Amino acid sequence: MTNPSPTTDGSWKPRIVAFFCNWCTYTAADLAGVSRMKHASNVRIIRLMCSGRVDPQFVVDALAKGADAVLIGGCHPNDCHYVEGNYKCLRRFHLLQRVVADMGIEPERLRLEWISAAEGEKVKRVINELVDTVSKLGPLGLPRRFQQWDEEIEALADDVAAKENAAEGGGVDQGKTPQTMESAHA
Amino acid sequence: MKPIVSKKHEPIRIGYYICHCGTNIAGMVDVEAVRKYAAALPNVAVSRNYKYMCSDPGQELIQQDIRENRLNRIVVAACSPLLHEHTFRKATAAAGLNPFYLQMVNTREHNSWVHTDRGEATRKAMALTHAAIRRVPHHKALEVKKVAINPNVLIVGGGIGGIHAALTLANAGKMVYLVEKEATIGGHMAKFDKTFPTLDCAMCVLSPKMASVGSHPNIHLWTYSEVTKVDGYVGNFKVAVRRKPRYIIEDLCTGCQECVDECVYREPKFPDEFNLGLGKRKPVFLAFPQAIPPIAMIDPEVCLNFKRGVNPDGSRTVSDKCKKTCVEACGDRKAIDFKQTEEIKEINVGTIIMATGFQIFDAKRTPYYGYGVYPNVYNALEIERLVNASGPTEGALVTRNGQVPKKVAIVHCVGSRDENTNRWCSRVCCLYSLKLAHLIKEHTDAEVYNFYIDMRTPGKSMEEFYNRVAEEGMHLIRGRVADVYPDPSDGATGRLVVQAEDTLTNKILKIPVDMVILGVGLEPHPEAEHLRRMFNLSCSSEGWFLERHPKLAPVNTFTDGIFLAGCCQGPKDIPDTVAQAGAAAAEAFALIDKGHVEQEPNTAYILAEECSGCKSCIPLCPYTAITFDDTRLKAIINETLCKGCGTCVASCPSGSIVQNLFEDEEIFSEIDGVLADEPA
Repeated sequence: MTNPSPTTDGSWKPRIVAFFCNWCTYTAADLAGVSRMKHASNVRIIRLMCSGRVDPQFVVDALAKGADAVLIGGCHPNDCHYVEGNYKCLRRFHLLQRVVADMGIEPERLRLEWISAAEGEKVKRVINELVDTVSKLGPLGLPRRFQQWDEEIEALADDVAAKENAAEGGGVDQGKTPQTMESAHA
Repeated sequence: MKPIVSKKHEPIRIGYYICHCGTNIAGMVDVEAVRKYAAALPNVAVSRNYKYMCSDPGQELIQQDIRENRLNRIVVAACSPLLHEHTFRKATAAAGLNPFYLQMVNTREHNSWVHTDRGEATRKAMALTHAAIRRVPHHKALEVKKVAINPNVLIVGGGIGGIHAALTLANAGKMVYLVEKEATIGGHMAKFDKTFPTLDCAMCVLSPKMASVGSHPNIHLWTYSEVTKVDGYVGNFKVAVRRKPRYIIEDLCTGCQECVDECVYREPKFPDEFNLGLGKRKPVFLAFPQAIPPIAMIDPEVCLNFKRGVNPDGSRTVSDKCKKTCVEACGDRKAIDFKQTEEIKEINVGTIIMATGFQIFDAKRTPYYGYGVYPNVYNALEIERLVNASGPTEGALVTRNGQVPKKVAIVHCVGSRDENTNRWCSRVCCLYSLKLAHLIKEHTDAEVYNFYIDMRTPGKSMEEFYNRVAEEGMHLIRGRVADVYPDPSDGATGRLVVQAEDTLTNKILKIPVDMVILGVGLEPHPEAEHLRRMFNLSCSSEGWFLERHPKLAPVNTFTDGIFLAGCCQGPKDIPDTVAQAGAAAAEAFALIDKGHVEQEPNTAYILAEECSGCKSCIPLCPYTAITFDDTRLKAIINETLCKGCGTCVASCPSGSIVQNLFEDEEIFSEIDGVLADEPA
């Protein structure tokens, strides 16, 4: 997958991946639609049955593949269609926030919201707020960063190989291309 | 990207269809551009756009392509999958393809209806289309699970809505459990005097229905009872009902009321709930003469036979102060049991109808109208009781000091259409205010002043009713009442002055009256929030139970097998409540009559060879569907218990749990798709 740097052409707009639970937040987004509540178009919603299904890998993967932020939407506490999946999601979210922060990613790029099926208005507000926040933060551009790191490692590997060649007087090729960060992740 | 080949080495051939939905989608999304974009994506064999995909020709298009172009995956970009997924699954299945080879792209609710920039909306449609086209090759052929449905129905609430639904289902031969919180069924309607627009007496039409409920062989009527726990799901709910002690054994009481006559309290002394405290009752009492079931109950808070307070086990301590004349009067029937305690009954039902009603707005929240301060300010429900022949004054409409009023003001929209209280229109107040105006005129020949904001009388025969009442010589004043205060010239008589601006003449009016009636609005039942959580329902922001679709599924909820009837869903009048109750009964009946429920095959299963036996999934399952096989040291998911939330899947450290329809590969490919760059 190609991922040209979105900033170079000057028309960068945030791309946000959202994971919404089927029963509350996805339905609320439908309600926002039925009620024609206009909001920013940067969010791509992926439907899951429950916010408890949100595997932290989904979030990390979305960021790695070029999302500028991830939004998770679930039912309000005590309202989960599956009793307490949203609570399980919250636990993972807290942990994930720390991991993401340790990776040097701004915590605002991760957002968890409880939005009930009746809160179309809240879908609109949260999406607009998040788009606003991320627009100010600028692109996350992880794929580009991965690419740069890969290039650096490759350059380093070449450097080392060249030195080794010089030392050993032209040894055998290592026969292994360095793994990209992206494929290492996947 | 290389085309994905399925396990049977049959190449994936996707049919992509984008719907115009008239101009709903095509007006904001360039459907032709999206169609072209999709056509160029891997595995796409056919890409079309069509005006209405959900129409018969639209569905036929898919079926024809499946047959002629050997399609084995279908992607439809149209409205929300929550609306039409089943339509397109059916169309897919009709052409011989497994219905779960379908994926939908929400291009209307999540896109064309909420965006204003055509370019952006089109880009978004492309991104989501890309996601679906990457996802759908991973879809597997799945089978719908069929689970037998329990034919019994629980109806919560015994007002006119619950009564009508119960009778409809019971007459169809279904066993109904009707659970009512109060000691009698009848709800608010039993308190009304006449009903608009026909002015027929409420009890005359209601009491035969109440009696039928009481005697129906297919109805278990549990009054003075509350649902305490709900488990399970459509077809198989397990419900616990608390039957509160009435200290009278239902099966032995004949409803003769001799105990009431013989109570040591010779005169009724305690506020009578049914008459909103305007009348008095004894500690042993029948809610009202036509109560169903016609069984008396004892109020332990005021009965001399009980010591104050409840024992830790829920029983009451009997005192020796009372002569127990009621027990003597009951005699051989032995229906009185002071040792009664509450009982928890467990029942199994397949469907549930919520008919829990409303509460009237508490007029004390609008202090400027003086309700609760000036004795002659009443709410409308109190007036219903006062004009009723079986009410506390036997139908005499009099002020607190017993005078027949000469002038009466009726204030509309109290606690409705008001930023400070409730914003909604309660729908019935204009009409019941007109009805009360008519009844007051009829009873007392008083001058009646109706203060309204807008006169809202929609519905069959309602405008005619308004004209009729207007012609009877009412004062109809368009203006919101600002203040009610004691008449300064005449304070001692309890006479009041109503101040309002007549917005048609731009004059401030100060009208002295003998009685002020507040046309209070309807509010969600105080226990709606508690019930909502117990039954796993959604509420609108106002607190009414939320229907699945405002137009197309008005009695369904988001929880399959639970239906709504009456004012728990929003303010409505009696005809609408009855209509909705009938609809809810029909929906429940349709489910029961089918005999089984089809379950979405989105359950999870464990790949045994990859399970490390760490057990981390087991405590996560809210349905205890996961167990551990001690001999093989692997976790096992019981498919019939699994509800398909996928929480265990997300937690499995070895990635050995798979959720059908939401497999990891499917989600990852969606993520890839939405982030693949669309052409500018």
